[in-house]
Amino acid sequence: MSYRLSPIDTQYFAPDHEGDDFTVIGSVVTRSDALGHVTGRTEFFEDVRPSGLLHLKMHRSTRHHARLAGVDSSAALAVPGVVRVLTGADIPNNLYTPLKLINVEPDDEPILAVDKVRYLGEPIVAVVAETEAAALAGAAAVRVDYVDLPPVFDVEEALADGAPIVNEYHGKNYFTYEGHHCRRVRLGDVDAGFAEADHVFEWRYQSSPIEQAPVETTGCTVVPQPDGRLRIHSDTQACFFTLDNTALILESDFNKLRIVGGTVGGGFGGKVDVVVEPVACVAAMVTGRPVKFVYGRHEEMQVSSPRAAERIYIKDGVLADGRIVARQVTAYIDAGAYSRHTPYGTTKAAAHFPGPYTIPNVRIDCHCVYTNRTPSSAMRGFGVTIGDFALESQMDRIARELGMDPLRLRLKNAYRDGDMKAHRKRAEGTALIEVMQKAAELVGHELPDEYRRMSSLEAR
Amino acid sequence: MASKIVTLRVNDREEEFLARPGTTLLGALRDTLGLTAAKRGCAQGACGSCNVLVDGKPVPSCLVPVETVDGAAVATLEGVAPTGDLDEVQAAFLEDFATQCGFCTPGMIMTAEALLAENPDPTRAEVVEAISGNVCRCTGYEPIVNAILDAASRRRSA
Repeated sequence: MSYRLSPIDTQYFAPDHEGDDFTVIGSVVTRSDALGHVTGRTEFFEDVRPSGLLHLKMHRSTRHHARLAGVDSSAALAVPGVVRVLTGADIPNNLYTPLKLINVEPDDEPILAVDKVRYLGEPIVAVVAETEAAALAGAAAVRVDYVDLPPVFDVEEALADGAPIVNEYHGKNYFTYEGHHCRRVRLGDVDAGFAEADHVFEWRYQSSPIEQAPVETTGCTVVPQPDGRLRIHSDTQACFFTLDNTALILESDFNKLRIVGGTVGGGFGGKVDVVVEPVACVAAMVTGRPVKFVYGRHEEMQVSSPRAAERIYIKDGVLADGRIVARQVTAYIDAGAYSRHTPYGTTKAAAHFPGPYTIPNVRIDCHCVYTNRTPSSAMRGFGVTIGDFALESQMDRIARELGMDPLRLRLKNAYRDGDMKAHRKRAEGTALIEVMQKAAELVGHELPDEYRRMSSLEAR
Repeated sequence: MASKIVTLRVNDREEEFLARPGTTLLGALRDTLGLTAAKRGCAQGACGSCNVLVDGKPVPSCLVPVETVDGAAVATLEGVAPTGDLDEVQAAFLEDFATQCGFCTPGMIMTAEALLAENPDPTRAEVVEAISGNVCRCTGYEPIVNAILDAASRRRSA
């Protein structure tokens, strides 16, 4: 086995390291969990098999948007092996939003739907049974009467006059940021920039929701302890986040819950929400027995929250030489039916635009929009990656329109150390110019001297 | 349908148990015998994380009704290094950084064991073909393929 390591200039960092014993970089370090992985002894949550285990399965909405006229669980209770059914009335605090921990308001999502359902697959009744098969049969036996409501699936249609209201807790189909209908960033005078420009380009970009698709599906096993605490074996990516939210939902003291986690069979952001633990905890509390609630593959695909779909319009004012003098971005980020982490992702998007370029006039409007689609949430750089797709596609299209090398267009507009970003953070350690120069060299892309001499350390 | 008595030779140990109708080999291994190395990823034979060897052949154990393999020899990851000394495949996965989240690893290793038992000197293309039914969502396929080739070479020179 061989490792390809670049020589490290240890002198450069020497002053930082004085008195420290740093030895890791350049050496081979075995992952702490690898021995468990290769011997099959790593304990994932589902490998914990307490005796007397009950299984929880969910009856889910078959409608995108409907009022619940009646919920009848009697046939479910008649299924042999079914121990208990749970509805919203059984949850101590049936309304939450996960980011309330950082003061995001309002609570907008029930643990189990009560008055209406807002997306296909929304949980309505939890069925707890002696076997997985009985829980599935019980969940299938629940009868729900719906009064259908018009659904809305498109972010711009959701913001139009007369659109059906998806989430009454917001009252409008968008999240409100400090009194504003969207997250806004303003720098300079965009209209003056467009007037000054030789060209104005505007294009539209659209992404689809993306499922994280971990090989291990979302789930947990809750084991009541003799001292009254609940031990929660979970594959959450966020143990304390789950603990805090679950305590608020259970109206429990935080120290009554213990999370055993950190071993995640793939997450990619998809296991940051708090969707299985609270209801499994309630089931364990009311039955006094261990309860497992794990998604099947279909549930993982249908109801676990994906990366948000985004629609992004970028309008740029560009001088004949390629300098961008104005950029206006209008983004509609599809939260689906509930907030989850998308109000935060939308803020990240607003801060990330207009990308790693210094543009004197910027106007950013990022809307967090509610629709009757599956709630979206975290996934690898959410709020940023789709924006980058749009921004870099935009840069390539501008270069094509101007007949210009796309790398030179980027070098000309690249931010440099000390530049003020649109959201009023001064750029530091940018290195973008140097990375592009090096990349060009590696692939044999020729750059004229003036581009090779550019430096992120020199003021423009 | 009545439950059935099933006998299996699992990791060279005789096991006999009562299986309810519909019990899969994966369910019997994990829930009846307590062997949890094989994982349930999709429960539809698509991801390979439940792969074990039945009479030396890799199979997705989630799709196998356990009574249909009555009398068979079954090998799971627990049986590969029962004394704690890693075999060549395990050692190569460990040292070549072929694990990330670890959830696909048991199925990957068992598939590799079957390949190397049949073909001690596979080409890279043959390795890729052999693990084509094993999903690694962390997408660490390159180190996995390298580790299997490395394991083959370690075993040949052992």
